[in-house]
Amino acid sequence: MIEFRDVHKSFGKLEVLKGINFRVEKGQVVTLIGPSGSGKSTILRCINLLEQPTSGQVFIEGTDITAPKVDIQSIRKDIGMVFQHFNLFPHMTVMENMTYAPIRVNKVAKDAAKAKAMELLALVGLTEKADAYPNKLSGGQKQRIAIARALAMEPKIMLFDEPTSALDPEMVKEVLEVIKGLAHTGITMALVTHEMGFAREVSDRICFIDDGQILEDTTPDLFFANPKTDRAKAFLEKVL
Amino acid sequence: MDLNFSSVWQYWPFLYNGALLTLKMTAICAVLGFALGVLLSLIKLSKFRPLVWFGQFYTSIFRGTPLLVQLCIVHFGLPQLLGMPLSTTQSGILTFSLNSAAYISEIFRGGIQAIDKGQYEAAMSLGIGYRDMMKDIIIPQAVKHILPSLVNEMIALLKESSILSYIGAVELLRAADQITVMTYRFFEPYLVVAVIYYVMVMILSLFAAKLERWVNRSDRVS
Repeated sequence: MIEFRDVHKSFGKLEVLKGINFRVEKGQVVTLIGPSGSGKSTILRCINLLEQPTSGQVFIEGTDITAPKVDIQSIRKDIGMVFQHFNLFPHMTVMENMTYAPIRVNKVAKDAAKAKAMELLALVGLTEKADAYPNKLSGGQKQRIAIARALAMEPKIMLFDEPTSALDPEMVKEVLEVIKGLAHTGITMALVTHEMGFAREVSDRICFIDDGQILEDTTPDLFFANPKTDRAKAFLEKVL
Repeated sequence: MDLNFSSVWQYWPFLYNGALLTLKMTAICAVLGFALGVLLSLIKLSKFRPLVWFGQFYTSIFRGTPLLVQLCIVHFGLPQLLGMPLSTTQSGILTFSLNSAAYISEIFRGGIQAIDKGQYEAAMSLGIGYRDMMKDIIIPQAVKHILPSLVNEMIALLKESSILSYIGAVELLRAADQITVMTYRFFEPYLVVAVIYYVMVMILSLFAAKLERWVNRSDRVS
């Protein structure tokens, strides 16, 4: 579903990704963990080309999206992304946030888009907020809407970039519950998170990233019980 | 003190027609200036260097020379090159729209740059194309922030339209000139004209305040 081949990314002189190779199979849930600045968010952002790799290739369902002349838009519409800071459109109601892209990009009929949005609002438990503007919502509610907005495009892949890092502690759980509900429903998921318990519970695989490289790529049980590298051990000692 | 307003009132059709032309010119130039200004701001924000240079050069020309000089070049100078005369209305619309576009493009550029990059990323991640993203996501938010500056620009446009009298357009100020010639009175016609400008600006401000409240409806918490 997703494949990286020797992906490098530099910002100016700073090399953030130093040759990333990894695969995510269809329906899998893969969590990237590692210290801040390790490059895990950059990996995620290379999947929908919010960052363009400096070299190397990224394949989505067999298509090399780093090749020239690739229609990035048509690839992005099948990859949902949830951001740390929600990024809801503040001038649109919840309903407008959720139906704009389906109508505009996927050419879904207005009524169908609305019906789908209501379904997803029910899924995230916020049906009563359909006509509210984002600034009337709490952080946790905003993030649940952001997840629903991404799902409204019926993506094959969902990317979560530290979805709970900007939330007050009491709102973390409601967002994690929604994400957990999506895992293993057939949608392919890549997450960056600092919630270790959650990562262990929900992931099929854990990739430990440090200094722009994947140091470990294994199952959650093996990784948390028995990390192979010293750096992963040191990291886990600090966070657990 | 010897004031006689009744001599002015008998020529009120002059003032009425003058005010109408002033409003018409302001409205047309505001719309054209806005459209051109948005386009120019996008040019300045493009990644293609020569376009950016063109945008910056354009703005510097219109900001760096007096409006009256620009008007003279267009109205008296251009016909010499084109081989055909321009009416005062044509010259006025051309000059004021181009001039206003320069100022509005700067206002817009600032407004667009102030939008959080997360808004772009969210739009892109949903597969929304550049055109739709700018039109429906970025620009509406930018307009909200810069509305007060846009209103200022429109008020400036309304007041500066008085220099159209210099090329002979019978707008509000020129109408007052004509009344002075016919009545040999100066204080009253100009005072009346000043009051009319003031009232028009006040009505515009009032309307703008209403508009501002409307576009900020999504910020209200309760």
